[in-house]
Amino acid sequence: MARFDRRSFLKLSGGGAIAASAGMAGILASGRAPAYAQATSIHWLRWNDFVPASDQLLKGEMAAECEKALGVKLTIETINANDIQARVTSSIQSGSGPDIVCALNNWAQLYGESLADVTDVAEELGKSQGGFYETSRAVANDGKRWIAVPWSIVGLQIAYRRSWFEEVGYAGGKFPETWEALREAGKKLKAKGRPVGQTLGHTFGDAPAFTYPYLWSWGGKEVEADGKTVVLDSKETLESVKFMVGFWKDALDEGGLAWDDSSNNRAFLSGTCCATNNGASIYIEALRKPDAYQTEKGTPLKDDILHAPLPKGPGGQFSFHVPFSNMLMGYSKNQKGAKEFLRWISSKPVFDKWFTTQKGFSVGPTTDWEKHKLWNDDPVMLPYRSAARTGRFAGHAGPSGRKAAEVLTKYILTDMYAKAVQGMPPEDAVKWARGELIKIYGA
Amino acid sequence: MAISYAARERAYVAAPRRGPVTRLLEDERWLGALLLLPTAVLLALFIAYPFVKGVLLSVTDARVGVPGTFVGLQNFIALAHDGIFREAVWNTFIYTGVTTVFKLALGLWLALLLNRHFRGKALTRAFVLLPFIIPTVLSTFAWKWMFDPTFSVINWTLYRLDIIDSRINWLGDPQLAMISIIIVNVWRGVPFYAISLLAGLQTISPELQEAAAIDGARPWQRFWHVTWPLLLPVTMVVVLFSVIQTFADFQLVYVLTGGGPANATHLFATYAYQIGVGTGLLSEGAAISLAMFPALLVVVVVQLLYIRRVEIH
Repeated sequence: MARFDRRSFLKLSGGGAIAASAGMAGILASGRAPAYAQATSIHWLRWNDFVPASDQLLKGEMAAECEKALGVKLTIETINANDIQARVTSSIQSGSGPDIVCALNNWAQLYGESLADVTDVAEELGKSQGGFYETSRAVANDGKRWIAVPWSIVGLQIAYRRSWFEEVGYAGGKFPETWEALREAGKKLKAKGRPVGQTLGHTFGDAPAFTYPYLWSWGGKEVEADGKTVVLDSKETLESVKFMVGFWKDALDEGGLAWDDSSNNRAFLSGTCCATNNGASIYIEALRKPDAYQTEKGTPLKDDILHAPLPKGPGGQFSFHVPFSNMLMGYSKNQKGAKEFLRWISSKPVFDKWFTTQKGFSVGPTTDWEKHKLWNDDPVMLPYRSAARTGRFAGHAGPSGRKAAEVLTKYILTDMYAKAVQGMPPEDAVKWARGELIKIYGA
Repeated sequence: MAISYAARERAYVAAPRRGPVTRLLEDERWLGALLLLPTAVLLALFIAYPFVKGVLLSVTDARVGVPGTFVGLQNFIALAHDGIFREAVWNTFIYTGVTTVFKLALGLWLALLLNRHFRGKALTRAFVLLPFIIPTVLSTFAWKWMFDPTFSVINWTLYRLDIIDSRINWLGDPQLAMISIIIVNVWRGVPFYAISLLAGLQTISPELQEAAAIDGARPWQRFWHVTWPLLLPVTMVVVLFSVIQTFADFQLVYVLTGGGPANATHLFATYAYQIGVGTGLLSEGAAISLAMFPALLVVVVVQLLYIRRVEIH
């Protein structure tokens, strides 16, 4: 056994201490954490996908292909979507972390100053794949440049029970086309213990995906096109709030005030709600486990599920889908490699593999993906195919910038409706929300 | 052999000359300072630095990735006009006040019970600690299921027992949501009170109780005139810790309600997180966090003064 005497130990530990203190001094002087060997590897942070097969594909086959095609070691880290913002904040503040982060909603607009300009990659992608949807552009372009490369859009449609709606007069798989019609049908179904399910809680996906398009469909909006003039306190908004109070009581599950993004999935799959605005995950889950999810008659639930867009209001018919876009972090030491990677992963043959595993849960960021052959597989999924075309995003009619993101993350529009259904006079609820919006847009 | 060798060697060594470092360390003031140094460094790194950084952030208009410029007290003035912030302040005081009263009452009761002799005492004491041992996020998720609007086991039980005929909207109704988070906090906090107060009870000599009993004091009189005054210093310290922790509570509300419905359960910490991280407004988030500092400072000072007074008496 090698001898290790006191003198050599002191020498070594003294050297180590000096090296450590010099390193620490360097870190403190530069104000950022050290970056290790980033030249040949890319760290991509994403959410835990609701379709686990897609994560498996990325972490396995795609990572291997990336190494082969680009000579880059791809590290994919998946975390809960609600935790991504905390990671982005700490990464930007410390100047170290993932090279690319897949952001939801319009989060990219919150971090514009800290993101690399990816205009070249995004423009190429848009041109080569039929052009971006309005939602993709709204969340990833700040009006001057692309601050993220659009990745996908999780389409939202109402999943509903075909047989239950037939019982209340909607034969042939039809679904109520207006809010009034849905209220009437929902009233009859709620009386049978089968209400419509919708969250008005503080949850990032399903809450705004309902309250925003609902407001637009009545003709209401947050601001004018200038992004400054708050016009929420309109006759249209007030009408929408008044209608919501009755609609909630008559047709909706009142527990929805506490629902998170998964509550409506559970409620629908367990047969306690007749319809709910959601991604295709409910249907995909019912398809995956036909024996576990069955109707009250003992038949597979999957055969009794259909999809429809949110109903029309006096102001039109709109939708709000959850967009995803890849932010190339400004602190990344591997800008060129990361851009190459974004080009590669968004290219048609590569993206196609990921898109196929999604089975329609996500649509592409561009219109070309509407032509994909997977849409021929299952007619029940067809409503998702072009759903993103009616999509708008938070901040309408102004840009979906940082201030719109602030309104969204503070749940102001959702809370306006939640306050009213909890008993606040609709006029006061609108006044409260307007006050909050003025503080944000007027600042 | 070894001993005699060592003794012989010591005999040959001349009395060592004391170097300047040794002489310095023999001075108790220097040695004291040196021994305190690691603690001081730790405190400076993990308490003073974040606190000062928070103060500096709160007087700027910093956002994530943007250092910002000095804006004085603008963030605090904006908070004074922020309705959601006022709601969070009110919620925090209600939440802390109500939970502290219940935790103290139930904790004390439990401690008095556990202080008695009975079969399986050690096992019971270990079980009582369970809510405190389980990670808060995990146990709160279990509570979230129990309060679930559709699948609540509490509702199911009450319904089966014919106590209710429609669902109780635990987390969807503003008042019930506040009551729900209070219930979970009390459930989680009682063991801390019980075990700490039990430790305090065990330091009270049984002879005092016996003497009081011989003098004819009834159980309640014995508690009020003997146990309670002797337990008071421990109780004050326990309440102090608990108030600080409850005031700055985050995980429980974040998991159960996310501050909803319609901000009915937002506390300082959850609102600071929503603004600082969710919206990227670091300076405003820091200002919200700091706004709880004066209230906590008053609580700490009053309680410490009281403890000192009790100790002197």
